Amino acid sequence: MSTIATLATTANPAPAEPVSRNWRVLVESVVIPVGAILAALVVFGVFCGLAGASPFSVYHSIYRAAFGNWYAFQNTLVRAAPIMLCALCTALPMRLGLVVIGNEGALVMGGLGTVLVGANWVTAPHYVALTAMALAGMAMGGLWIMAVGAMKLYRGVNEVISSLLMNYIAIAILNHLVNGPMHDPSSLNKPSSYPIPDANLLGNIPGSRVHFGLIYGIVACLITWVLIEHTSFGFKVRMIGGNLRAARIAGLAVGKISLTVCFLGGAAAGLAGMAEVAAVQGSANESLVTGYGYAGILVAFVGRQHGLGVLLVSILLGGILASGGMLQRVNHLSDATVLVFEGMVFLVILYSESLYGRFRIFQEKAA
Amino acid sequence: MKISNLIQTAATVAVMAAFAVGPATAADKVSMGFIYVGPKDDYGYNQAHSEGCAGVQKLDWVSAVEEASVPETTAVEEAMRDMIEQNGATVLFPTSFGYFNPHILKLAKEYPKVQFFHCGGMWHDGLPVNVGSYFGYIDEAEYVAGIVAAESSKSKKLGFIAAKPIPQVLRNINSYTLGARSVAPAATVQVIFTGDWSLPVKEAESANSLIDQGVDVLTCHVDSPKVIVTTAEQRGIMCTGYHANQSVLAPKGYLTGAEWNWSKVYMDYADWVHSGKSLMDGTIPHLIRGGLKEGFCKVSPYGPLVSDQARSDADAAKAKFMDGTMVIYKGPIKDNTGKVVIPDGTEFKQRDIELEKMNYLVEGVLGSTGS
Repeated sequence: MSTIATLATTANPAPAEPVSRNWRVLVESVVIPVGAILAALVVFGVFCGLAGASPFSVYHSIYRAAFGNWYAFQNTLVRAAPIMLCALCTALPMRLGLVVIGNEGALVMGGLGTVLVGANWVTAPHYVALTAMALAGMAMGGLWIMAVGAMKLYRGVNEVISSLLMNYIAIAILNHLVNGPMHDPSSLNKPSSYPIPDANLLGNIPGSRVHFGLIYGIVACLITWVLIEHTSFGFKVRMIGGNLRAARIAGLAVGKISLTVCFLGGAAAGLAGMAEVAAVQGSANESLVTGYGYAGILVAFVGRQHGLGVLLVSILLGGILASGGMLQRVNHLSDATVLVFEGMVFLVILYSESLYGRFRIFQEKAA
Repeated sequence: MKISNLIQTAATVAVMAAFAVGPATAADKVSMGFIYVGPKDDYGYNQAHSEGCAGVQKLDWVSAVEEASVPETTAVEEAMRDMIEQNGATVLFPTSFGYFNPHILKLAKEYPKVQFFHCGGMWHDGLPVNVGSYFGYIDEAEYVAGIVAAESSKSKKLGFIAAKPIPQVLRNINSYTLGARSVAPAATVQVIFTGDWSLPVKEAESANSLIDQGVDVLTCHVDSPKVIVTTAEQRGIMCTGYHANQSVLAPKGYLTGAEWNWSKVYMDYADWVHSGKSLMDGTIPHLIRGGLKEGFCKVSPYGPLVSDQARSDADAAKAKFMDGTMVIYKGPIKDNTGKVVIPDGTEFKQRDIELEKMNYLVEGVLGSTGS
């Protein structure tokens, strides 16, 4: 529960942690997001009603498809894994006050780094290969976003625009490489890179059909949480995000810290690319570019740029996406319905942030 | 699942008992699943497949479910799995090219009793026996459309907007061009590669740019021709379609088009499965291909602007495809850099594997594969 309270307090990036946590604040931080999701469900229900489906049957389908049992929940987790890592690519730099949306590009670069190592070093023992691929993916993604940070810090280039454009550059590099230098001639109609040997692919978590990318994501979110909320490095990061000039005057190494955080964010997205290549696709090709990066931006905002928030919201989004199939097959709604639902949930949650502190019942009584 | 099966069986028994006969009862139903990478109503690739699904759905012994807008990631694996586990599908048609490797291959190993049919012709020996491939020689319909386009064009400048310079796409462009130049030797086809399957903004820009250069008939090979066809109509030029019939989008300028006819293919598969045949015992072939003759593809009905001359020339070519005497790739054929790619005296029939490695653009195409 305390984590949810922390979540709530990070809404205004005050540099200091509140010492005492009032139970009313705690209740507020539960009631508002839950209320937001309920409100979104009501609006979505009206939408489904207009589209000719019974809202209650739709709710039942969503629950059944996303969280109903272990079989369904694995579907949710499979979808959440890459989004989690991509979200950190926006969430981490955001704590510095930088709005980085280059997640998709960092994922692609991470995937390319993975293939560079994995497809060339085919004789490496399994764990050595996986470690090398993960490091290569993280390095490529990390450097990609670090470049965005450097352009901002030393040249004043707007990071939103530069990171967005870097996405297109990364995708162009991917297309160039899989059609040219890295092209596997046997992939005629779907140009792909040379594959990673089967022996070195990233497997599933035992007893499930969820690949290890999920563990990477959960660990990365936990590390982010500890690093940003509970270390002096994190304190410095939050201070830079809170007031850059004050941080400079206080003598913080703004450049070094900012570049490090950008690198970590990019490395997370790069790791998502590594998992996509090493656990799902087996090679690099256009299937890497499916919008995980953009989903990550949304998750980072809704999860309030907080490690644990990102973790929870990714699973929520994974569940929403997992329900798309059943809405089509059982409720005969169109394929866009799940996007409408996603949009409504996230919009209402984002709106609900403006409600914190607005309800008198949640306010601390003057002592 | 168990309980619903039980109920289903109980219901079947009840029905059979009531009528004392029961040739086509619920238990006999062939349960199929169709998966598309984009929306079902894209006037293109996915609509063509969805129309095929609608075809088999009319059979009362088929139950079919669909899922659209499923990306080529773990999402398609989950979609296939759900159809098998939740809908009891025993026959799956995951239609996007990129679903095959690794997703279909992975699920096929996991569910050896389910039959997976994939559009694209990628099956080969050594792959799971419960996977089959089908594909059509739609470039035959493109050849016919090229004839109509060239005869309808005044400037003899045709435009082709294509996604990627891969063999399948190049073959369509080349057949279209060879068709056009068979009736108008001076005709040219200006090609633009957009770089991806669905880039509506770039497709519209390309269409406008080609029209500004004097092109008066446009066609394309992208997932959804909608933007290109409507742009052509708005700018007052003609077009030929691809994948599905787009004539409602361009009632004036739509000349004809190369359409898939998947319902015929899917009905064949449904019949085979219904009669107990399977990929696993070899009674359903692993590779199925066909063109106009086999009914895998068709030519859209001619539009109002098509002259009698164009109609008769196109019908003549179509007739030669139907009786099997037409060979599109008959030497000498030069590429558009002047190099002879098929020497005099050599001919490649439609089924020739050589054509599936195509990496050139024939003479008369303006553009290059290296974009």
